[in-house]
Amino acid sequence: MTELKRKSNKQLIILLFASAVGMFGFGFALVPLYDVLCDALGINGKTQSTASTYQPVTIDKNRTITVEFLSQVQSDMPWTFTPQVNTMQVHPGELIRTHFVASNLSANYLVGQAIPSVSPGQGAAYFNKTECFCFNQQALKANAQADLPLIFFVDPELPDSISTLTLSYTLFNITDKGYVENVAE
Amino acid sequence: MSTMTQDPSIAQNDHDDHHHGAPKGLMRWVLTTNHKDIGTLYLWFSFIMFLTGGAMAMVIRAELFQPGLQLVEPNFFNQMTTVHGLIMVFGAVMPAFTGLANWLIPMMIGAPDMALPRMNNWSFWILPFAFSILLSSLFMEGGGPNFGWTFYAPLSTTYSPDSTALFVFAVHIMGISSIMGAINVVVTIVNMRAPGMTWMKLPLFVWTWLITAFLLIAVMPVLAGVVTMVLTDKYFATSFFDAAGGGDPVMFQHIFWFFGHPEVYIMILPSFGIISAIVPAFSRKPLFGYASMVYATASIAILSFLVWAHHMFTTGMPVFAELFFMYCTMLIAVPTGVKVFNWVATMWRGSITFETPMLFAVAFIILFTIGGFSGLMLAITPADFQYHDTYFVVAHFHYVLVSGAIFSIMAAAYYWLPKWTGHMYSETLGRWHFWCSVISVNVLFFPMHFLGLAGMPRRIPDYAIQFADVNQIVSIGGFAFGLSQLIFLAVVIKCIRGGEKAPDKPWEGAEGLEWTIASPAPYHSFTTPPEVK
Ligand code: HEM
Ligand SMILES: [Cu+2]
Repeated sequence: MTELKRKSNKQLIILLFASAVGMFGFGFALVPLYDVLCDALGINGKTQSTASTYQPVTIDKNRTITVEFLSQVQSDMPWTFTPQVNTMQVHPGELIRTHFVASNLSANYLVGQAIPSVSPGQGAAYFNKTECFCFNQQALKANAQADLPLIFFVDPELPDSISTLTLSYTLFNITDKGYVENVAE
Repeated sequence: MSTMTQDPSIAQNDHDDHHHGAPKGLMRWVLTTNHKDIGTLYLWFSFIMFLTGGAMAMVIRAELFQPGLQLVEPNFFNQMTTVHGLIMVFGAVMPAFTGLANWLIPMMIGAPDMALPRMNNWSFWILPFAFSILLSSLFMEGGGPNFGWTFYAPLSTTYSPDSTALFVFAVHIMGISSIMGAINVVVTIVNMRAPGMTWMKLPLFVWTWLITAFLLIAVMPVLAGVVTMVLTDKYFATSFFDAAGGGDPVMFQHIFWFFGHPEVYIMILPSFGIISAIVPAFSRKPLFGYASMVYATASIAILSFLVWAHHMFTTGMPVFAELFFMYCTMLIAVPTGVKVFNWVATMWRGSITFETPMLFAVAFIILFTIGGFSGLMLAITPADFQYHDTYFVVAHFHYVLVSGAIFSIMAAAYYWLPKWTGHMYSETLGRWHFWCSVISVNVLFFPMHFLGLAGMPRRIPDYAIQFADVNQIVSIGGFAFGLSQLIFLAVVIKCIRGGEKAPDKPWEGAEGLEWTIASPAPYHSFTTPPEVK
């Protein structure tokens, strides 16, 4: 009886400790799971981080979508960063070219990273970028200025309920961060 | 044949000669593996933390007594709100429940001790270190944690003080302590019940703690994971929560609240068990709906994993997610309502007397329900857009935690003090403590609902002048509530030092094995398991 009791104690303890360790792992598993879920359900307003290819599709001239551009610069980033135009009317399927203007106001070489987000979130999956500065990091020498190109089209499958898409970029200063790649100046 | 006393890992490893009283001196407390000693340590520790966190609340209320900045720097104010929250959650409420579990579970199930006495000693003794580290960080250059007890990224990563590593380390230790405590509770309940103590005969305090322990084992490791991510984001250039590096700050909130919502139930389920013991005792009737209580507790625990995003309605979730979390949250009100119904039905036509434990228990039922109602209001997504991050939320969670969890802990203390000390507490002082507390707690928290509805944000050291009068009332309630707790300290000390001798069963209607042993409970109880009929 005593032997038995001690043995079942031990099994239970091992099981419970293993569950605790497992849940610690689960906490980290939530990280990839989060991305997968956001991707699969098309939520969170994340746009794809690689270029999509443009297949010429029928342009839906009957429908007009308002596309708005927003930009924000984190407070520790001494740059200006603004869209060339703030808003435009596009037809679904049309390939559009525009750009953002960035200028480094400081006397230092700085590396930025623009992070896009589309609102409403469900529209993100229909906002296709064939070329975007945000796929790479942005580096500017002291007091330099650059036009950052963006080419995109809106998928004609965009749900009818959406008539405005807002593309917002937040520019982060990543000069001193570990994840700066070697970018050509 | 007695089986458990022969197990060398249980109850006998702290002394050579058996079946005597407690060893003497300081080392008794350091080395103890006795569940009653460890319970006492937890309870005192929790009370000290309650007063420490309470002192911080007094700083907060003093600063908010008038509009404008008068007493403390905004950054220090932020440290006070943060550390107040952390201390009350992890230092006061949770250790108090663990202390009660240590004292009561073995006595309630007829076991000689907890199943893992040495681990029990460790679970307790790492806690003072965790809180010393946390508190010492307040005195460091740059200050202690100032990002709220919820430590949202990027506040805790990009903008946090240098001492953040200490905060992370302290939370890790608290988590390890809770997990060890929970494992101990589960093993004790599963393997050490006296013969005849079948599952559906377990006292509800034991049931609720068993379910709480599973919640702890499930979510404390997730908390450990998320603080670790904060640590590496801040110090080791990972970017779990940094959008610039491909991470997402909103993900922090998802992981945190996946822990956080079950955590709030960790802080209330044992209360349900306590109230389910006290209400029948003073109504002199058996508990109404025992089985439904067990199932309600289990369903609350399961549902608590499906509602976390009700803390995040304003982060821009898609509508279907908002609806899902709104309805799941409202669903929790159903099993909670079952419980409230059962307590009221237990009192119905009972021959009730209102000794201090019962006073606190009745106040619990009423005031906790008010907190549940404001919770339901917060669960309505479009309404939450107005209420979120205002004093309305502060009012909600203080109703469920202070006049809920803390009141139940007070009720438990009064109810079992005669068993612990062998003396009756002073009923007069107990009633003073109750009435002072119950009046001041409402003066303190009820007006906060109106402040919140009128738009006063939480966690800000200053406010617009139209909030001045109400804040003054709230602060006065706060000081009164703080002072009232000193009465409790006096009651406890007085009761330990002497008083009317308590009989084995001081409450006429009390049920349970703990009342079959002497008062004060002998150092070793149930060394031969009782027979439960
Ligand atoms: C009927 C039951 C309940 C419902 C429907 C409910 C609902 C909610 C909602 C929707 C919020 C988020 C408000 C916001 O931030 O905008 C909230 C916050 C909170 N609730 Fe509850 N709640 C319930 C019971 C409880 C219980 C039993 C506890 C703890 C014992 C609790 C503790 C908290 C805490 C601590 C917060 C605030 C967390 C923070 O932001 O710091 N709630 N509740
Ligand atoms: Cu919650």
